[in-house]
Amino acid sequence: MTANATQVVVIPCSGIGKTYGSVAREAAYDLCEDLRPEGTTLVALAKLVLGEEKARERVRSCPAVTIDGCKLMCASKLVTHSGGQVAHEVAVLDVYRRHKELKPEGIAELNEGGLKLARLLAEEVAGVVDEIRRTATTAGGRHA
Amino acid sequence: MPSVLQPKVGIVSCSGEELAQGTVARLATLKVLHELRPAHTVTICLPLFLAGGEGDREFARFHPTITVDGCDLRCAARGTEMYSGKPTASIVVDDLVAAEGLALPEGRRALNDSGKQAVNLVAGRIARLVDEVLDRRQHAAPVAPAPAPAGRDTDPPSCSCRSRRGPA
Repeated sequence: MTANATQVVVIPCSGIGKTYGSVAREAAYDLCEDLRPEGTTLVALAKLVLGEEKARERVRSCPAVTIDGCKLMCASKLVTHSGGQVAHEVAVLDVYRRHKELKPEGIAELNEGGLKLARLLAEEVAGVVDEIRRTATTAGGRHA
Repeated sequence: MPSVLQPKVGIVSCSGEELAQGTVARLATLKVLHELRPAHTVTICLPLFLAGGEGDREFARFHPTITVDGCDLRCAARGTEMYSGKPTASIVVDDLVAAEGLALPEGRRALNDSGKQAVNLVAGRIARLVDEVLDRRQHAAPVAPAPAPAGRDTDPPSCSCRSRRGPA
C-alpha cells in the first residue's frame, strides 16, 4: 500500500464575518491546491450544515483536518456532528499568537500579512497531513 | 408615536469553498455588507445555526433574511430554513449567471473576469432585494420590536459571532 492511499479531508470554517475566517479559507486553498493536492480533499462546511450525504460520508471515512477562524470552532464541531473524527484541528488565532508580525487584515481581500499567515498555517498543517497519512498507511488503513 | 426600530436585513451566504460560484456568493455578500448597504444589513456564518447557540438559531426570526447560494444544492437557503426560519428571499448564483448569459465563473481562489462580473451582478441583486424588503417593512403597520434574546444586544453586531466587520 502506498502513502497515497489515505485522503485527508480539509474543512475550513466559512468565517464570513471576520478576517480570521478568510485566513482559514486561504490556508485551506494553500494546502489543498499548492502544498498537498494529491493527499487532501477540500469539503465545503455548508454541506455538513445541510447534512449532504456525500460530504458526511467523506468526513466519516477519512481523517479530517479542520481550520477554524474563531473560538466557536464551527468546522471542528460540524465534523463531529456529522459522525466524523477530527484528526487535527487548528485555530487561526493560535497560529497568529505565535506569529504576531503577520497581522491579517481584510475579509474579501487579505493583506500581505494575512496571506503569509495563511501560507505558514498551511505549511504547518501539511506536515500534520503527512504524518496522518503515514500513520494510516503503517496501520494498514485505507480510506476512500 | 410608537417607537419602531429599523430592522436590518440578514444575509446568509453559502461558504462554497469547493466552487467558484461559492466564492462569488461570498464576495457578493461582503460587497453588500461593506459597500452597498452597510447600514441596513447583518450577516451570520451559516454553520452557527448548528455550532452556535439558541440566539444564533433565532437569526431569521429577528431579521428578514436573504440567502445567497453558489449552486443548486442551496445549502444556505435550506440550512437557514431547517435551523432558523424561512428566508424572505433566496438567490442562486448559477441561476443569475445563466439568466444574464455570463460565462461560468472560474477560479474559486481568484475569480476570473466572468466571476468578478458575477460578483457585481449578484451584489446588485442582493442590494435591490434589501431595499424591497425594507420598503415592504416600512409600509407595513408598525409593530413593537421583538424582545432581544437573553444576553444579546438590541443592536446586534454585523456578524453573529459578535465580531464587527473586521478583526478586533
